[in-house]
Amino acid sequence: MLTKLYHSPVGKKVVTGITGIALTLFVLVHMTGNLAFFADETGEAYNRYSHFLTHQLGLLFYAIEIVLLLIFLLHLSIGVNIWLGKRRARPRPYDTYRTAGGPSRQTVSSRSMVLTGVIVLAFTVWHLVSFKYGTYYDSPPYDGVGVIRDIALLVRERFATPLYGIGYPAVMLLLAVHLRHGVWSAFQSLGAVRPAATPAVYGAGTLVGIAIGIGFLVLPLAIFFQFV
Amino acid sequence: MAHSMRINLKIWRQAGPDAPGRFETYAVEEANPHMSFLELLDVLNEQLIKEGKEPVEFDHDCREGICGSCGLVVNGVAHGPQKRTAVCQLHMRHYGDGDTIVVEPWRATAFPLIRDLVVDRSAFDRIMAAGGYVSVSTGNAPDANAVLISKVDAELAMDYASCIGCGASVAACPNASASLFTAAKVAQFAHLPQGHPERRRRVRSMVETMEAEGFGDCSNHAECEAVCPKGISISAIATMRREYMKAVLSGSD
Ligand code: FES
Repeated sequence: MLTKLYHSPVGKKVVTGITGIALTLFVLVHMTGNLAFFADETGEAYNRYSHFLTHQLGLLFYAIEIVLLLIFLLHLSIGVNIWLGKRRARPRPYDTYRTAGGPSRQTVSSRSMVLTGVIVLAFTVWHLVSFKYGTYYDSPPYDGVGVIRDIALLVRERFATPLYGIGYPAVMLLLAVHLRHGVWSAFQSLGAVRPAATPAVYGAGTLVGIAIGIGFLVLPLAIFFQFV
Repeated sequence: MAHSMRINLKIWRQAGPDAPGRFETYAVEEANPHMSFLELLDVLNEQLIKEGKEPVEFDHDCREGICGSCGLVVNGVAHGPQKRTAVCQLHMRHYGDGDTIVVEPWRATAFPLIRDLVVDRSAFDRIMAAGGYVSVSTGNAPDANAVLISKVDAELAMDYASCIGCGASVAACPNASASLFTAAKVAQFAHLPQGHPERRRRVRSMVETMEAEGFGDCSNHAECEAVCPKGISISAIATMRREYMKAVLSGSD
């Protein structure tokens, strides 16, 4: 039944919608966690939070990682599959094509979902390599936990470089562009949007996109411009 | 008497399904604002016939926006710039002297081109045959008011039933998806008690046929609703998804 869902035109949308909502929630949690960086001058709160996730959750942490990986792969593979299907369904494009406007939700966001999605994914891999698998600094000894990883120091170091200081905010903007169509689209894919609610859901999706974009922007910008 | 105007047309010409196609440009000198878009093509065709050339083939029947036969992509928009209007009801008053208009056929693998601007939309008939019907009892005609339907459901069913099957939704969809067409019928019957006996089987087989015919997947661009001559809402598609999930998860027919 699951493979049937994966291959059916409706099932694809439902799976993309559910995984999309899950990824949005993950990103929201991640963003909120990042704000721990601003909790104190030394980065202790941030390091403790990171230590808690990686060392004190036990098996749950690995379970979450595996589930996230699966969700990422499902979301990506269906997205690419739908995109490839476009060419099969219309091999010869129109000479002249434009949106009719009005109730249409066709925008730069909706037309570039695969592009923005793939860039965000490629970035995520790079991001894991530079932080999760990046340089291991020892923190000063903290009460209760002793010496742990000083991830705050690595964050500070990375974001001070132009590539990360500019690249990261740029990717976060693309993520906001992706979510502007994505959040609304996910609810429509689950059959959960009534016509009267469409503008509200679309607006809320755009707001979530902007909020996540800004939420992720403050940390790198603050570091890059040496506010913290 | 309305002033006449010159309209330049850039039209897709293709002699047959496998022939190479190309754009040809024509000028109609004596167009007037009261003409419909199809009448403009009629005038062009008379001109072409007089010149001993092949007239431009295009589909039409009622010319009053109710049959769904006509369908042209006009300057990049299916059925042209007027909202909730089939191209046969589009009038030349929307254009000015000297305008150039690009005219293309519906482009989709599932709608193979027959000639010029005419495409084969029989894929829609096969989607309908897969489940776009209801069971009726044999015997005497039942009493007219024997089955109660709420006003709201009756109205919604009527909104979805107004689909004329023109194919504009497929033509305008960046993915060439037939979701709005299929969903309109599924949603219509989902709102009617008469639709319930085949409810689960209907949505499954119509969705499967839609895919088998080579239509693309929906990306929720909602472009279909914007070009639909009847303004059918994409809430039909949301309903189809709920119906489909219920049918698949229940596992029954
Ligand atoms: S010709 Fe009948 S709808 Fe246009």
